[in-house]
Amino acid sequence: MIALTDKPIILDELLAAVSDPEAGAICVFLGTTRNHNEGRQVEELEYEAYAGMAEKELSGIADQARERWEIARVAIIHRTGTVPIGSASVVIAVSAAHRGPAFEAARFTIDRLKEVVPIWKKEHFEGGAVWIGDQAGIEGTWETPDGGDPSNKKGQDPS
Amino acid sequence: MRIQVRLFASLRERTGTSKTESSLSSGATVADLLDELHERFPALRDCGRVAYAVNSEYAKLEHELADGDEVALIPPVSGGMDGKSLLR
Repeated sequence: MIALTDKPIILDELLAAVSDPEAGAICVFLGTTRNHNEGRQVEELEYEAYAGMAEKELSGIADQARERWEIARVAIIHRTGTVPIGSASVVIAVSAAHRGPAFEAARFTIDRLKEVVPIWKKEHFEGGAVWIGDQAGIEGTWETPDGGDPSNKKGQDPS
Repeated sequence: MRIQVRLFASLRERTGTSKTESSLSSGATVADLLDELHERFPALRDCGRVAYAVNSEYAKLEHELADGDEVALIPPVSGGMDGKSLLR
């Protein structure tokens, strides 16, 4: 299950999507909207996605996770639009026979998601709003923190 | 040839549009498209680091375009990366 939604994320739907009789563990990660950032009091967050490419990149990350770890299923849902403080903006669920690979694959999935999936976050605070990552005045092509080009689909080595 | 262009987040707000069409001569690359966009949207000239996707795949500036391609200008994604990690 890979999806974008403009409605609150329902955890049970992800749990049902990764439920598997072979699984002995389900690891769930929730990214939640925080009320502060860089000293600012944040009032709400707004997410914008490149629909189509975002789902494709998410599927690619799930495929990479399945190639690297002994896991059963992966589900990822990311919200778009305005998300109130304290809500889940992204949820990842991974099922596996054993907990180790479930934890590692969930960690990989959220880290990679934040590096390559075309979803942007706008922080609204008292007196203004800013797109996170916006860098007026800096020229060039950005690259992911692992030193790679975002077009490098392989990503970080899990070792 | 005609290229569909998609703009998102800060780039959409700077230009005031989420979609535009560019006419380019055959053999043009993403870099050529960018030159054309900079002519029409001066606000794109100084807007920070941008990555590119052609038909929903990340692509490099030298990628050669084909008629009907959709090119997206992708500002740094939301991950909450700090500015430093983006710098070469």
